Amino acid sequence: MSEKLTVLNPLGYPPKITPKALAPRLSTLEGKTIYLVDCRFDDSDVFLKQMQAWLAEHMPGVKTVFKPISSVYLQDDPTTWEEIKARGHAAILGVGH
Amino acid sequence: MTIEAKYGVPTVAMHTDKFDRVVASVAKVNGMPGLRQVFVPQPIMGKTARQLRAYVDGIDPITGRPVMQEVIEGLTRPSPDDGGMQFDRSTPRLVPADTAENLDQLFLEQHWTDGLPIVLPTEARVAAMLAGTKRKPDEVVGRMRSTHFREHWEYTVEKVAVNAVMAGARPAYFPVILTLAATGITARSSSSSAMASMAVVNGPIRDEIGMNAGIGAMGPYNHANATIGRAYGLLSQNGQGGSIPGLSYMGNQGNAYAYSSITFAENEERSPWTPFHTQHGRAAQDSAVSVFSGVRTTAFTLGLPEKHWRQHVEHMLRGMDPHGPPTLLLDPIAARQFVDRGNFTSKELLIDWLYDTARMRASEYWNYQLIQNYIYPRATFGEEPWASKLKAADDDMIPMFRREDIHVVVVGGESNGYWRIMGCNYQRTVSVDDWR
Repeated sequence: MSEKLTVLNPLGYPPKITPKALAPRLSTLEGKTIYLVDCRFDDSDVFLKQMQAWLAEHMPGVKTVFKPISSVYLQDDPTTWEEIKARGHAAILGVGH
Repeated sequence: MTIEAKYGVPTVAMHTDKFDRVVASVAKVNGMPGLRQVFVPQPIMGKTARQLRAYVDGIDPITGRPVMQEVIEGLTRPSPDDGGMQFDRSTPRLVPADTAENLDQLFLEQHWTDGLPIVLPTEARVAAMLAGTKRKPDEVVGRMRSTHFREHWEYTVEKVAVNAVMAGARPAYFPVILTLAATGITARSSSSSAMASMAVVNGPIRDEIGMNAGIGAMGPYNHANATIGRAYGLLSQNGQGGSIPGLSYMGNQGNAYAYSSITFAENEERSPWTPFHTQHGRAAQDSAVSVFSGVRTTAFTLGLPEKHWRQHVEHMLRGMDPHGPPTLLLDPIAARQFVDRGNFTSKELLIDWLYDTARMRASEYWNYQLIQNYIYPRATFGEEPWASKLKAADDDMIPMFRREDIHVVVVGGESNGYWRIMGCNYQRTVSVDDWR
């Protein structure tokens, strides 16, 4: 029978996770303003404009705003988030690759 | 996640299907496992508006449900109750005892290796490695993550020693390995562009531990170069909590440079110029490691033929992706040719010339996909020098790179004057002496 060895675990130490609550969902999108937020990666703008067209055709009571983020997706964009919170009701972000 | 949690705006995040495991994992470690994520086929890039409309009209390839139904429900359906979810976030010090054969298999299955055989990190071997530094085993060395959106994991001197043992390194190399860990720069980025890293060692430590700056320095011919580089990769993937294809590693083609993280010593003695670390705040007698990330593009040639050397170098530079600035890796023969041909009596003079030479039409520059993804948004936000570049006419020849992103390192054994350009990003130079 082979000898048993004790070895050390090579993994580092993860941070604690703090659960965060999602925002309350809307009861309806009718009459609401949805921001389509372009993360400016690859051709996400082209995609989101097609989604905007779909919403205009199928849900004309929904107002949409196409909004590119201010810089690259690697940076936080509080100006854009503040605008959405002040003027919008929901957001669709895309497209993460 | 920020807009949802911090600003209270109900949000749906759109992704391509190749990233379903990644985004689920990222949402979980950020404390939002119930985040609404909807998927469309990969790729988005290069598709026509009509093709992308078909994505919108189509089915989410992960759930099999209509994309827009998922989106609408994601904004209007109440959140599932995640309150009962438990997160196991501990890391035990020891692995349950087992035979060497079983442990080898376990390490492989857990993705704790680079796929090659490892030296099992027994307590005796790790203790021997720890003798290579005066630092305490429980001292925190640094934190690392595989990508911007993931959480930082932390590692101690002992954890770095475990990975150094696995890589086959000797205790004498340990200060260099600790220095690499202390940079906090991962050698296992999860970028879909399949990045590798590069580490250049300068100063007395090179000779003290027998590193190679000459023939074969960047290849598998020197124990210190090879195992220090391998340790850097292993400590990165394990220190940051993993590098698993499809989950925490997304490099589309992979990168063979990642096996060794291209670790070598600069050939200071045969270089016509000052050592790299002295260009970055260190004294010549200091021992230091300089780390580069994003190693992807390579161009190479032999020497500098008298008639057209300028054009040859220009074409090599033009062959680089403008998002991956050039670091020239010059054999001493090639370095001296740059001095002879161009009168570049310092690295700085050569870098000045490279900066002026590496130009392309503005319209071509802005059309590069990585420039569109990472530079164009910053230019439109007013960041220089890109904001000024954006004002150039389409046919204006604009610099491909920032001057400060161009570097020169001398390495090689003068068996010939071959040299190459690595497209990569210099990060920082860190003292080895602090980790002895």
